[in-house]
Amino acid sequence: MTRARSWVSDHIAMIIAVAVLVYLFLPVLYTFVFSFNNYRRSNIEWVSDGSPTLKHWANPCGAPGVCPALVESIKIGAIATLVATALGTLIAFALVRYVFRGRSSTNVLVFLPMATPEVVLGASLLTIFIQGFRMDLGFWTVVIAHIMFCISFVVVTVKARLQSLDPRLEEAASDLYANPTTTFLRITFPLALPGIVAAALLSFSLSFDDFIITNFVSGNETTFPKFVYVSYTRGIPAQANVIGFSMFLIAVLCVIAAQVIGSRRRGVAA
Amino acid sequence: MTTAIAASAREAGDPQLTPPRRGGRRRGWMPYVLLLPGLLWLTLFFIVPLVQLGSASLQSQWPGAPGYYYRDVNGANYLDALSAYGVHFLRSLAFAGMATVLCFAIAFPLAYAMAFKAGRWRNVMLILVVAPFFTSFILRTIAWRQILADEGPLARTLNALHLLPGGHITETWVAVVAGLTYNFLPFMVLPIYTSLERADPRLLEAGRDLYADRLTTLRTVTIPLAAPGILAGTLLTFIPAAGDYVNAELLGSDTSTKMVGNVINSQFFTVLGGYPTAAALSISLMVLILVLVLGYVRRFGTEEVL
Repeated sequence: MTRARSWVSDHIAMIIAVAVLVYLFLPVLYTFVFSFNNYRRSNIEWVSDGSPTLKHWANPCGAPGVCPALVESIKIGAIATLVATALGTLIAFALVRYVFRGRSSTNVLVFLPMATPEVVLGASLLTIFIQGFRMDLGFWTVVIAHIMFCISFVVVTVKARLQSLDPRLEEAASDLYANPTTTFLRITFPLALPGIVAAALLSFSLSFDDFIITNFVSGNETTFPKFVYVSYTRGIPAQANVIGFSMFLIAVLCVIAAQVIGSRRRGVAA
Repeated sequence: MTTAIAASAREAGDPQLTPPRRGGRRRGWMPYVLLLPGLLWLTLFFIVPLVQLGSASLQSQWPGAPGYYYRDVNGANYLDALSAYGVHFLRSLAFAGMATVLCFAIAFPLAYAMAFKAGRWRNVMLILVVAPFFTSFILRTIAWRQILADEGPLARTLNALHLLPGGHITETWVAVVAGLTYNFLPFMVLPIYTSLERADPRLLEAGRDLYADRLTTLRTVTIPLAAPGILAGTLLTFIPAAGDYVNAELLGSDTSTKMVGNVINSQFFTVLGGYPTAAALSISLMVLILVLVLGYVRRFGTEEVL
């Protein structure tokens, strides 16, 4: 009895941690299970007649509108990621490598979008697009909005990486008569790259999953989260579950691959 | 852009121009070139829209022409909006506050276990924490609606045991707070984990040796070590939770759980002539959150949070 009690008190943090992980995965499990549901009108209740079925996995584009929405989300995510990563990385370099007038106001300007609730960002962008710039809402207004909110996250991520680099590595390169371009290409950029890649992945996942801001500025444009939200009242097709769960699988496989490659490289270096 | 970076590196690396000095360099126009495109974007699509929203919040409606506005300084919009929807404001703050406290209570043991107890499972656990968030946020919230529904396992069990006053979980504030807690949990876990992971485990051992009992060690050593992460985590949880409307929409009821985000959304999209009200509410929400954040950071914070 006392031994059991001391085992519990020794492992209490780990027991709670495992319980929390189960809690985190519960809705993912639901999404997965209901992708095999032979649903009728709405994929909310489990239909025991004919379930589980693989038919939604065999034909993920089978429900009208799912795949076009997915394609739009991927296109928007790709463009927003590319632009936001470039602009944010430049800001991060300026902030870490230079001392200049206006540096702290730049920090504040970068921080503010992250401290602003999404409804406010969405509402203000909608107002400026309609009343100020007089742009038609659609694909490009969504892209513009996504670039805007991704930039700050890129700056924070790349800045953290640059700050952790040892400046002596670059000094050593120039001491060894590498010209500045070579130093940048062979030393600085490769060292900063993991931070830039992490920032790009973060941007893509933020853009891909954004609903609130997108809903304000999208007009008739439909992204994947918007498709799911809008079809909720009519009934979400199980194909949305298939796609949602596949994105999860792809992301997890990417992360695992990155981990394996990273640890192998470290192994070689050691 | 590549040339810009290369040029900066050239400048930065030139030993004659710059003495080898750690940290930043004070050099002319180069930083401004790097900053220009990004800051231009943030100015055009963050600052300018906010200014326009501020001006929209003061607009007046043409008499007899709902939906048409003219420029004005109509402060009454704010009074009307806050007197009509003050309760939604308070509700948003209360729900977000509860969700933040719950997130902390759940996240701290998890981050602690990952940092000090997980050993070689550390990276696996890190992946497991982030992984669920690659399934769409809307899909996961709808899954919660299924889990918490009256026919769902939890409500049915609690009802069978007569432990559920009112008989429902969905359509109540409990479901909304639970949804907020779930959706913003990783924003609490990751910063706390990062702070604890940097901490020296020997400090904890020393604490245990000095104070002997675990609660004292937790209070005097572990929590102070995690403080920067806790600060960042509470902000990253509270801010989006206070502005959220999706959880209240999908998990809550039509009347008693609406948050200020729901009001802003519906005033913009479905109420004719609701535009200045929605703008006034948005500006009020932003100001309120900034004031709370600044006060909080000033009270507990370090500069590095920003």
